[in-house]
Amino acid sequence: MSTPSNGNGRNSNGHTSNGLRPDLAAIAAMIRPGSRVLDVGCGDGALLEYLVTTKGVDGRGVEISQANVNACVARGLAVVQGDADTDLADYPAGAFDAVILSQTIQATEKPLTVLNHLLRIGRRTAVSLPNFGHWKVRAALLMGGRMPHTQALDYSWYDTPNIHLCTLADFVDLTAVCGASIVEAHALENSGQTRVMNPRRLTHGILGPNLFAQGGVFLLKKA
Amino acid sequence: MTDAPRFVRPVTRSADVGLAVTLDGPLTLDCGRTLAPVTIAYTTCGTLNAAKSNAILICHALTGDQFVASDHPITGKPGWWTSMVGPGKPVDTDRFFVICANVIGGCMGSTGPTEADPATGQPYALDFPLITIRDMVRAQKMLVDHLGIDKLLAVIGGSMGGMQVLQWAASYPTRLRAAVPIACAARHSAQNIAFHEVGRQAIMADPDWQGGKYATSGTSPSKGLAVARMAAHITYVSEAALQRKFGRNLQNRAALSFQFAPDFQIESYLHHQGSTFVDRFDANSYLYITRAMDYFDLAAEHDGVLADAFKDSPVRFCIVSFSSDWLFPPSENKQIAHALNAVAAKVSFVEIKSDKGHDAFLLHEPEMFDTVRGFLNHVAMEAQ
Repeated sequence: MSTPSNGNGRNSNGHTSNGLRPDLAAIAAMIRPGSRVLDVGCGDGALLEYLVTTKGVDGRGVEISQANVNACVARGLAVVQGDADTDLADYPAGAFDAVILSQTIQATEKPLTVLNHLLRIGRRTAVSLPNFGHWKVRAALLMGGRMPHTQALDYSWYDTPNIHLCTLADFVDLTAVCGASIVEAHALENSGQTRVMNPRRLTHGILGPNLFAQGGVFLLKKA
Repeated sequence: MTDAPRFVRPVTRSADVGLAVTLDGPLTLDCGRTLAPVTIAYTTCGTLNAAKSNAILICHALTGDQFVASDHPITGKPGWWTSMVGPGKPVDTDRFFVICANVIGGCMGSTGPTEADPATGQPYALDFPLITIRDMVRAQKMLVDHLGIDKLLAVIGGSMGGMQVLQWAASYPTRLRAAVPIACAARHSAQNIAFHEVGRQAIMADPDWQGGKYATSGTSPSKGLAVARMAAHITYVSEAALQRKFGRNLQNRAALSFQFAPDFQIESYLHHQGSTFVDRFDANSYLYITRAMDYFDLAAEHDGVLADAFKDSPVRFCIVSFSSDWLFPPSENKQIAHALNAVAAKVSFVEIKSDKGHDAFLLHEPEMFDTVRGFLNHVAMEAQ
């Protein structure tokens, strides 16, 4: 059981005007009205409910926490309690127009397998993740000599569910390994806003969003 | 048709069965035979609203009956699901009109092997036709029709009751808004059939069973039925729960007796389970109903593709399973969710952490209550 919708969670501050956390708002903007959507690690269902009520999507969720699943069920959402690491294999190819994985990939046991499944199940895949390349994270390790403990990654190393943290550049590399192309990329900035970024700037050069962004939001498709 | 409180005589003693209706039928069964007329004993709680839109059907398990939320007439004990059904409970009888019917083949007043065969005037015994889960649901639908309810708000049940819920959704998808199958499966596994066969053989090996004609011979295969219940009861609890509750504790003694009288608490407990069961249940009914469960395979009606049973289903599903249930493990419950997802049905699935085994669905499981309460609230809101 390795994919809680965790800490970077859906109850944090800095919600946007539609009431969604900024990275979720960025994902919501990527979803076409009326499409079939699977939200993997859907938390308490805030994003899914927003998509169902405002965009008329046919939404489904997968969530590991009992309390969160109950919250989703009480919202009238269709959510399966399960684990991204083990359950995605049961979903047929191309079953969804879009699959969402928000702030969850770093907590999976096998990020590569999970991402491959997402790309197989959905025609488009939206992924948001924290950036372990952020300068504060780098500084914490370099200067402090301790595992980084930041606002965005608010766990001690010994009890974090985030077992596969990566930088945004690492994630871009992973998309290449999966044979996915990046349709859109957004940097999640310290201010809580999102800004469109060129994914090439993540993997080329030292300065750029890989150093300054708190996290990233990507829309992928199988190339 | 008659529709009035009614007294019947189960094998053991007479009892008030609540309400009962005798419908003309015919009810054509999967085995090819027909039943006519068909008596269905049932209870209701709460008030049916004017639009008849707040009715919830509860389906009982193998050894359950219609007394879901009212005192049992034989044992005097509270209904079998008072934790779930009642005023202010997740299935809130202040809001919902709850119906629970004894399955056909049962022994609490519905047409079954203990009832008189109209052709002979004698109890059916083994002349009663083999029935299936689908037959039970057909009979329930006759009752719902009789009550003038066009669309049930929900059908809810655990274990064999969950099988009926699935069958309702598959057979009559436009007659229910929501389905809550709990701790069940879309088909009975080889292991489950095996346990049932042990129980049936225990009954049939009892000389007092008399080839099923014990009612006319004045005997009662209570030893066989008690053994069947004892064996089955083990499957309803988890190893961890048995260990926690009983361990190797001795019953009313300080040391082993070096005899075969019960030394261990777990032995006494099972004996108690067996002896109280025979007071309220009929051996032939046990044979028929376990057989109905064995025959259940929802996919078989659809060329082996479970998903096809739910194609274009407008029903909302909420499937509940328990982590320590080894009779109907979460994996089997989840297969139903996957089949429903494959045909884009609206399905939620929960796997509740519990060490209480299969029987968890009958016990105090706050997460289950939260799940069901939240689900029903939303379904009721949508229905308005």
